[in-house]
Order: sequence, then C-alpha cells, then structure tokens
Amino acid sequence: MNALSPMPVEIGHIDDIPVQGTRVVRLPTMDLAVFRTVERGVFALENRCPHRGGPLSEGIVHGGSVTCPLHNWVIDLRTGEALGPDVGCVATAPVTIAPDGRLLLDLAALPRRARA
Amino acid sequence: MSERLVIIGNGMAAGRVLETLIEAAPERYAVTVFGAEARPNYNRILLSPVLSGEKDFADIVTHTEAWYAEHGFDLRLGRKIVAIDRTAKTVTAADREVTPYDRLVITAGSLPIRLGIPGRDLPGVVTYRDQDDVDAMLAGSAGGGSAVVIGGGLLGLEAAAGLRARGMEVTVVHLAPSLMERQLDQAAGYLLQQEMERRGIRVVTRGNTQAILGSLAATGVQLDDGRFFPAQLVVMAIGIRPNVELGKAAGLEVNRGIVVDDAMRTSDPHILAVGECVEHRGVCHGLVAPIFEMAKVAGETLAGRESIYVAAEVSTKLKVTGIDLFSAGDFAEGEDRQEVLLRDAARSRYRRVVLKENRVIGAVLYGDTGDGGWYLDLIRNRTDIAELRDTLIHGRMATLDGPADPLAAVASLADGAEICGCNGVCKGKIVDTVVAKGLTSVDDVRAHTKASASCGTCTGLVERLLAATLGDGFRASASQAMCKCTDFGHGEVRRLIAARGLKSIPAVMQELEWKTSGGCARCRPALNYYVIAAWPEEAADDSQSRFINERVHANIQKDGTYSVVPRMWGGLTNPKELRAIADVAEKFAIPTVKVTGGQRIDLLGVKKEDLPAVWADLNRAGMVSGAAYAKGLRTVKTCVGTEWCRFGTQDSTGLGVKLEKALWGSWTPAKIKLAVSGCPRNCAEATCKDIGIVCVDSGYDVHFAGAAGLEVKETIVLTHVATEAEALDHAMALVQLYREQGFYLERIHKWAKRVGVDVIREQVAGDAERRAALIARFKVSQAVYQKDPWAERVAGHEAHEFRPMAVIPQLEAAE
Repeated sequence: MNALSPMPVEIGHIDDIPVQGTRVVRLPTMDLAVFRTVERGVFALENRCPHRGGPLSEGIVHGGSVTCPLHNWVIDLRTGEALGPDVGCVATAPVTIAPDGRLLLDLAALPRRARA
Repeated sequence: MSERLVIIGNGMAAGRVLETLIEAAPERYAVTVFGAEARPNYNRILLSPVLSGEKDFADIVTHTEAWYAEHGFDLRLGRKIVAIDRTAKTVTAADREVTPYDRLVITAGSLPIRLGIPGRDLPGVVTYRDQDDVDAMLAGSAGGGSAVVIGGGLLGLEAAAGLRARGMEVTVVHLAPSLMERQLDQAAGYLLQQEMERRGIRVVTRGNTQAILGSLAATGVQLDDGRFFPAQLVVMAIGIRPNVELGKAAGLEVNRGIVVDDAMRTSDPHILAVGECVEHRGVCHGLVAPIFEMAKVAGETLAGRESIYVAAEVSTKLKVTGIDLFSAGDFAEGEDRQEVLLRDAARSRYRRVVLKENRVIGAVLYGDTGDGGWYLDLIRNRTDIAELRDTLIHGRMATLDGPADPLAAVASLADGAEICGCNGVCKGKIVDTVVAKGLTSVDDVRAHTKASASCGTCTGLVERLLAATLGDGFRASASQAMCKCTDFGHGEVRRLIAARGLKSIPAVMQELEWKTSGGCARCRPALNYYVIAAWPEEAADDSQSRFINERVHANIQKDGTYSVVPRMWGGLTNPKELRAIADVAEKFAIPTVKVTGGQRIDLLGVKKEDLPAVWADLNRAGMVSGAAYAKGLRTVKTCVGTEWCRFGTQDSTGLGVKLEKALWGSWTPAKIKLAVSGCPRNCAEATCKDIGIVCVDSGYDVHFAGAAGLEVKETIVLTHVATEAEALDHAMALVQLYREQGFYLERIHKWAKRVGVDVIREQVAGDAERRAALIARFKVSQAVYQKDPWAERVAGHEAHEFRPMAVIPQLEAAE
C-alpha cells in the first residue's frame, strides 16, 4: 500500500525560509506550509485554512501564529488550531531542526490520503 | 606502573580535563598532552579583549608550561597529531613520532567556517579563532584603514568592536535581518545594532557577500546587491564546525561531531572526546559552560568515577566592554507560552522573559543584565514562579518586596518625581494642574503641562497618574490604539517615527515600548509603511510585514491562484501589448481574461510558480506591474479628450498618462485611483475618485476625496489651475501630504474628513512653497521606490517566494 514515509524526510535548510516567512513542501497527498518564526521555530501545517481552504503559506507570520490571507483567520502554528472565536484545525507535522540547520519532517502524523 | 593517557589538543577543554584529574586521580596516569599551537594553554574566550587592547596575551594564559611540569604532565607544544591507530593504540605526530596510549582524549576543538567565495584565500582575509588570527588582525590593523567583518554573530561583533577600538573603519556584513539572531530577538538585535553604530561601526544587515576583491591582497568586499565596501582586512566570522577529521580517519562514529555518550566515551571505549569537536545527543556545543562541564565529566570518567553529562541551559553574553547583553533558554513564541516584557526606551533597556506553565523557559536582557544569572537559575531549576509572576520582570530585587500594583506605584511617587523627562514635568505639577483645571484626559494634560507631549513614552505613566488622581472620573485616552500591541494611536506613532528618527520596525517597537516582542498582523504592515514613508532613503522595506499581494506583486484569489494586471498608462494600449497579453494567456493556460473598471486587462487564475515567467513575457513587451494589488497608485482612468472628442477641452488622455508616469510605484496609506475627464460631461467619472481632474476651457479643476466603494462620495474641488503642469504639481503634492498624514488603510476621503478639507487645501493649494517642498519629498521617495517589482523578480529577487522548498515524491512504506 502507498503510505507516507515512516522515516523523517529532509526538506531543506532553515535558512531556505526567510525569518517570519513560509515555504511550501509538496507531498503526494497535500501541500504543507513550512513556517519560520523570529526565534528559529519551524512548523509544518497543511497549507489549507480550515475556513475556506486559503493557502496559509501566503499569510503574515506573527509570534507563533499565521493570519490566513483570504479572511484573516488566525491559526496557531504549534497546534494547527484556529484562535479566537473561530473553530477549526489543520493537520500538523513535527519538524526537527538538526544542529547544522537541516530540517527533518516527520510525516507519520499526517493523514495518508488526499482530501476528497 | 601508571596507565598512559594521551590528550590531543591543548585548549580550554584539555585544561579542564587535567584539572579534574589532578583533583580526582592525581597518580593514576602518565599524561602526555599534544598542542598544535606553539603556545601554553590560554582562555580562548578572552581573545576579544586581547584584540581590543584591553588585555595582553599573558593575561589570558590559564596554565603555564611550569604548571604542566609541576604536575608531571608531558607537554608537547607545536606538535600536531595527524593519525590515531586504534589497533596498535598509538598516535602519530606530524614529525612521524609515534606515542602509545592506554586511554586517549580528543579535544580537537573546531574549525572556522570559510565562505566558498572568490577571493577567500587572498592575503588580508582571516578567520577569528585563535591567537594567530588575533596576531594577523593586529598586523592588518596597524596602520588604521578599513576592515569588513563578515558575520554579525558573537565572534563577528567582538572582532568588529576590537578592530574599531584599534582605530579601523569597520563594517559588519550580516546575512540575517538582525544581529545575533540565534541568541537575540529582533528588539534586542536592534538595540545592539544601535550601540554598534554609535561606536562608529557600520552595520549592514541582509548583506550577502558575493566576493572578496583584490589581486595581490584583499581590497574590499562585494555584496550580491552591488554594494562594495573597501577593506584591507576581511574577517570571516560566520561560524565554526567541529574538527572531526582525526576521529573520522580513525573510524570512530562521527555525525556532525564525534559522537560521545553521557560519560564522554566515543564509539571506542578507550577513547574519550570533549569540547567543540563532539556531538552529544545530537547537539554540538560552541560555548564554554557546557564544554567545561563535559571536560569535568571526562576527567571523572578517566578517574573511574561514575559521572554523566547532562546538557543544561546555556546563556550567551557578548564580551564587548560597555555592551550588556544576555540571553538564555528558549525564547520562541507559542500559544502555550506567555511573555513578559519590559522596555525602557529612554535608557535603551529591554527585557523579555518567556514563561510556560508557570516556569521561566527563556530570557533576553539588554542594557541591564544584572539579573541574568537569576533568570538562568529559574530556568535551570524549573522554579514555579506563580508567586513571583507580577514582579518577575523587574528582577530579583523586586520579587523581595512583594507584589506591586501599578497604580499604587504611581500614587506612592514623591511630588517631585519626574514624570516627563523631555519637558521636565514632575508629578506634583501634573496633579496640581489636573485638580486646578479639572482636566480629565491625557490630551488635556499634554496641552496644559506639556507632559508626554514630546517623545510620548511617558504617556502610560501620565495616564496612570490621571487615573490615580481622578479615581472614577478618569476616562481613557481618546486616541484609539493601533492594535493590542501598543497604547499609541496611528497619529502618535507616525509623529514619533518622524520626530525620533525611527527607521525600522524593531526601532519603533523598542522606542515606543511595544507590548509584544514582534507585533501582530495589524500593526506590522502599518509600521512598515510608516517607516518607509518617513525614511524612504534609509529604511529597508520588510517584505515579511506585507500582505501577500504586496509581497508577491499579484492579487491572491479565492482558490490561491493569482491575478496579474499590467499597467496600461492612462488606459492606452497597442497591438504589441495586446498580442503579448494574448500570448501569455495561451502559453500559461490562464482561464479568465477580463477588462477591469480601471481601463486595463486582468489575467485571472495564474499559478504562483508561473508568476515570474508571466511577468518576464509581459516585461519583454514593455509592460510593468499595474500594482492592482497595492496600497499605492492603481489606475488613472481617462477619456479621449481633445485628441479625438468633439467636446474635449484639454488633452485628458495625455494628462492621465503623465499623472500615471509621475505617481506609479509610490506606496500610500491605502489604494488611490485617479481619473481625468476632458470636459464636464465627465466620461472618465473623475468625480468619484480619490483624485479626479475635470478639464474645462479655462484649465483644470482638481478634485479629491471621492469614493465609489463601500461608500459613495462625490469629490470636493481642491483648486482650479490654468496649466497642465500645475495640475500635475497639485496632484503630486496632494499625494505626498496624504502619504505623510494618512493612517494605514485610511482612504483619501476619510483622511480628508479627519483632518479637514480646508486644512488640506491650504497646505497643497494655498502655499506654493509648501507645495514645492511636498513635491520634492515625493520625488526623493520615488527615486527609491519607482521601479518595476516584476522586473526585479524576473531577475531573481525573492526567488524563494515562487518555488516550493521541496517536492516529496510518492514514498513506499517499509514492508
């Protein structure tokens, strides 16, 4: 059966992502938005706002959150949960920063099939 | 007979291993130490004071040759070990001499990373790692001259400060947006940069070194954006990597560093490794505290004691005299964390403590680091700080006095205590005036006493004083705060950015005492605009503080694709442009092509990764971005005027083109749309635009403050002028005044309503001198910002925006 890799996958280097910026990682099942915060935190979330599917990778990163560019939902980068009065959640995948700055993505927690 | 212990390396780690052995097992080993440098053991972290001239090399020697002799250690200086034979259990020195061992300790340290750029090997290019490097720098700085330090981390800044102290002109080129970004947040990085600049060191952030120029020796450093800094001395201080070559060649397990267990043993139980060359549980260390701890554990392991190394939180301090800077722990933001912030702009102080579940997990201090050790203890001991929470940020002394109430704190101030430093207003004066005149707001206090009327940072204090004086009679400040990150309103922020020379977002946040460390999605775009509008030549645009449309110069659509609108000057186009648009639409399978209300053509449904290629094709046909996404000039709509129309009174199309050519590229608080109609029949619908010009026989009526969106508003006449040149001048001056006064996202009609139509008319039309000054300032900004963002991106600018970082193909799970 096709499934996502059980091993962490190298997706690039932390300096490939601008501070408070985002890069996209393309998986067979979905696109991930990989965010970098001011203090070198790196977070991977499904690139799809729970509201109307907006690309979170295009939002403004502030603190530990991103604001969706379409309708200003604010998503917590750690949990994938919408903040404030909005309710919804996107899938997250843990990213480990190796000592030399390489980014290792753990895909085990992600849904294995593309959204219908 | 005692066992033979050989130590490779004679640095700080080796010194500490030996000290531990002296204490734990003085008789057990016959010790031989090989040092590659022909110098006794010295304190490498004090090289910076040697460089700056505050210390001599003799001052930083930790163990003299006599010390080794006294303890019976066989010290062999200037003898580099080149091989380890694990089977024979011997080491071989560069002179082929072979020395046997029973136990071996590798303390090979680290190597400076050198950029792989042209010119890296020229004379005059040095790294910063050991006393030889310091000697090379001192030789290079002897006659003054210029130096460039590549890298704005700890070592780079220490080198820069040292060379500056030696009288050189120093430039620091740093790749990241702020200095020491690994150890500091942006606010502290900003304060540090300010201090460096105050010392006469030029700091270039976001600087990517392309080459070191020179034929016989280095003459300067070239950045990839074309900037060039002359330098006879170039210091590469971009980082270190563990020196693993010996270990690797000997077949030890090596990742980034030589892998060691908790007792500092390598994969060969007879061999230990310590210091910057090792990797413990996936982490390599470059700071002295963990390395000393490792050396102690290694010494105890050698002595046969059970000892394990536990990685503790480490702290960083910059060793530059007069700069107090401390950071420790994890200070990333997160929803499960809280931060407590203290900013004191007047004294350039900044303090941020990050909490998680009632425990301190990180701290950044700038300006007053006396409490650094206390915070580090709280982090290491995982102390529950629930009781200390209210006063934690004020440091250890404050927590001894019990909880503080901010109002009580103000109330307890003496009458003579100074509240407003700028205007010398004390508490008694404010309280007396409030009572005598029946004042109820901060604005009143400002008007009557001048307190908080200048720099404004004491506004909060004045407000609390008012609240304490009036009790229930107090009403909060009338100006609405920009966002939850500050108490200042847009107007105050704009005024202070201009008055106090704040030229970056971190500068604004520090000097105006922002309540969050990094701002939010509301204030950051506003601050970015205010800063570049006030300081077009000095401030750098921060693309990460822009909404996506302005960051990628296209309009995001509901499905995540983009629309692309090329500029059609005054609504004019031609067959070549139309052909290029048609070709682009076919080539990139663009699903929708639509004529807009602003007399141009919209290509909808373009994939993000296609944008640069689409722009390249449009650029080739002579078209530039129409900025259909920008808080800036959108369109200038025109009718055909005297050129074709039998009713036309002036060349409205021609004026429209000239207006668009003058105004395009400028950033404004909100979008602006213009129109020029050739006669009062007003076919271009100029009287519902932000700026509209209606041509008449006697000249031009200049209108402004119209709207046809959420609200529909007819324009108001600003003035009547006789010539086309005057019409252009008035439009330009009006746009500049709006740029200087408008609040972010406030359209021209709302700005006019807020400040008054007559006030604007007076400033733009009533005073030729003022108008000329506005135009001059507008042109200064245009010289910087009037350039095609598409062409820049076609040329490769911000290329990372347009392609995925990685594409992971279908992966099969292990069977």
